[in-house]
Amino acid sequence: MAVSVDKAVSPGPVRDHRPPGRRRRGRGRVVIEVAVLAVLAAVMLFPVLWMIETSIKENRDVYAIPAKFFDFTITLDHFKDVFVASGGGPTTLSGSFLNSVVVAGVSTVLATVLGVPAAWAYSRFSVKAKKDQLFFILSTRFMPPVVVVIPIFLMYRQVGLFDTKLGLILIYTAFNVPFTIWMMKGFVDEVPAEYEDAAMLDGYTRLQAFWKFTLPLLLPGIAATAVFALIFSWNEFVFAIFLTSSDAVRTAPPAIAGLIGGTTVDWGLVAAASIVFALPVLVFSYLVRKHLVAGVTLGAVRR
Amino acid sequence: MSDPVSLTDHPVQEASATPPAPGRSRHLSDRWLTVAFISPALLLLLAMSVFPLLWALYLSFTDYSATRGGPATFVWFENFTAILTSAQVHMRAFTTLLYVVGAVTLQTVLGFSIAYLISRRVRGRGVLTTLFLVPMMLSPVVVGLFWRFMLDAQFGVINSMLGSIGLGQVEWLTKQNTALISLIVVDTWQWTPFIMLIALAGLTAVPKYLYEAASIDRASEWFRFRTITLPLVWPLLLIAVLFRAIEAFRLFDLVYILTSGGPGVSTETLSFHVYKVAFLGFNTGTASAYGILMVLIVIVLAQLYMRYLNKLKED
Repeated sequence: MAVSVDKAVSPGPVRDHRPPGRRRRGRGRVVIEVAVLAVLAAVMLFPVLWMIETSIKENRDVYAIPAKFFDFTITLDHFKDVFVASGGGPTTLSGSFLNSVVVAGVSTVLATVLGVPAAWAYSRFSVKAKKDQLFFILSTRFMPPVVVVIPIFLMYRQVGLFDTKLGLILIYTAFNVPFTIWMMKGFVDEVPAEYEDAAMLDGYTRLQAFWKFTLPLLLPGIAATAVFALIFSWNEFVFAIFLTSSDAVRTAPPAIAGLIGGTTVDWGLVAAASIVFALPVLVFSYLVRKHLVAGVTLGAVRR
Repeated sequence: MSDPVSLTDHPVQEASATPPAPGRSRHLSDRWLTVAFISPALLLLLAMSVFPLLWALYLSFTDYSATRGGPATFVWFENFTAILTSAQVHMRAFTTLLYVVGAVTLQTVLGFSIAYLISRRVRGRGVLTTLFLVPMMLSPVVVGLFWRFMLDAQFGVINSMLGSIGLGQVEWLTKQNTALISLIVVDTWQWTPFIMLIALAGLTAVPKYLYEAASIDRASEWFRFRTITLPLVWPLLLIAVLFRAIEAFRLFDLVYILTSGGPGVSTETLSFHVYKVAFLGFNTGTASAYGILMVLIVIVLAQLYMRYLNKLKED
């Protein structure tokens, strides 16, 4: 019983048929409920709208008291400032976006390559203490990052991985592998093992059967899982700030957070940078909305 | 097959049973495949998660400092007794408890209410759900920065709106007693959608015929909610709550961006305190002991979480 946003959207009305006497009271209630929902939606969305507004306001309007909601001049200067330095070259911020792309991309590919075969093996074969192994795998993901980062920091300093992209890629891969295994095991469970058995009767080996028959069926699941892993790495902050120190390696989250370090803060720039940073995430999460429940619970809940 | 998730009502839990192998060789090759496919992932986890924690465990018994360098001397349980008896740590634990309980309770009540309201709507469900989910997908950095701007005492939009309806200015992030509340509010804003999403999943899974049967019996709305909806959604909701509790307990980034633990130490949670001990005080040994204690708490919570998860899967 897969529950997804799309399913939650399915047209079937859940409501019962009210006896006629209650109908009028029912209508009044519907109006109230819709109103409450509208107010809640407005409250939830206001910060996002305010961020968008701030990013296209001129500086004097950004700091206006009382705040200007509608009558302000629109400018795209802040977005330009995100990418183009005052001298003309690219900004350090744009470099950090590039670093984020590399780190998140490579770590996602690695986590997928390591996690998908493992998920398949866990799903198909009897493994000793399988349940315990799977729980151990998920529990590594629950460790508080601030705690894990202390020994990782010392370890990286020893082996020269501190302040390198490779170091970040490795730790993000390790953080995404548990998720990939749990999420993918759900997808593999749904592909009947009989397909592989049939292929093996036809003379294929188990590995060929996996490669030729199961893997193609898993591709949509792999894509969804990879998108979530990408989002997790993209948004990650704690490892990024403690394991890097130079602008050449730093990813976008600590770089954007660094914008508020000085005495005066250019909130227009912060807003524009945040939007540039958040937009891909929103697009990607819209693409995987069907798998959102499984994705945000690290593959644990899929019902 | 483009949509593997909605295939079956009961996903095959243990599809593992290998068919009776006709020969020894196939069985062997299956074993070999299992090892070859699982061990790389496990090795990475051992290297990047288990080994560091074991190292932290070793350091927790020493007086090692990352800046002083030099050999570490064993002090055995001194770090642990120092932490467990420290009044400072007790205060942080209390702050963390307030924060976790406050934020998770608010999120659960709000998230479930929104899900309930949405589940009663027929039209516009998809749009509403998508809109409500936006905060959850944003990075805590973006969320923290933005709320910091909005809650600014001078030119923040929240105070500006309060001013326009004739209320006084509030120093959201710079007063001891409002800072923790602000932190709870921001966390609630970001994570209410999470509870909502999972509650909605539970609500839409409640079989319709139960409601129909109840409505034939002329059961009141409240009665139906209490005897049908709540018992059926509760197991899933509990998992969402536990998940959020673990996340809230280990939260660091939002505190770092929003208040940096201040003013004073009023918003210093355990995670933030560990960071200060480790990276500002460089008492690596003490910080490791501190971290190990936190890991123990997370392990207890995670065990609970997985126990309920198992129960849910078995039903």
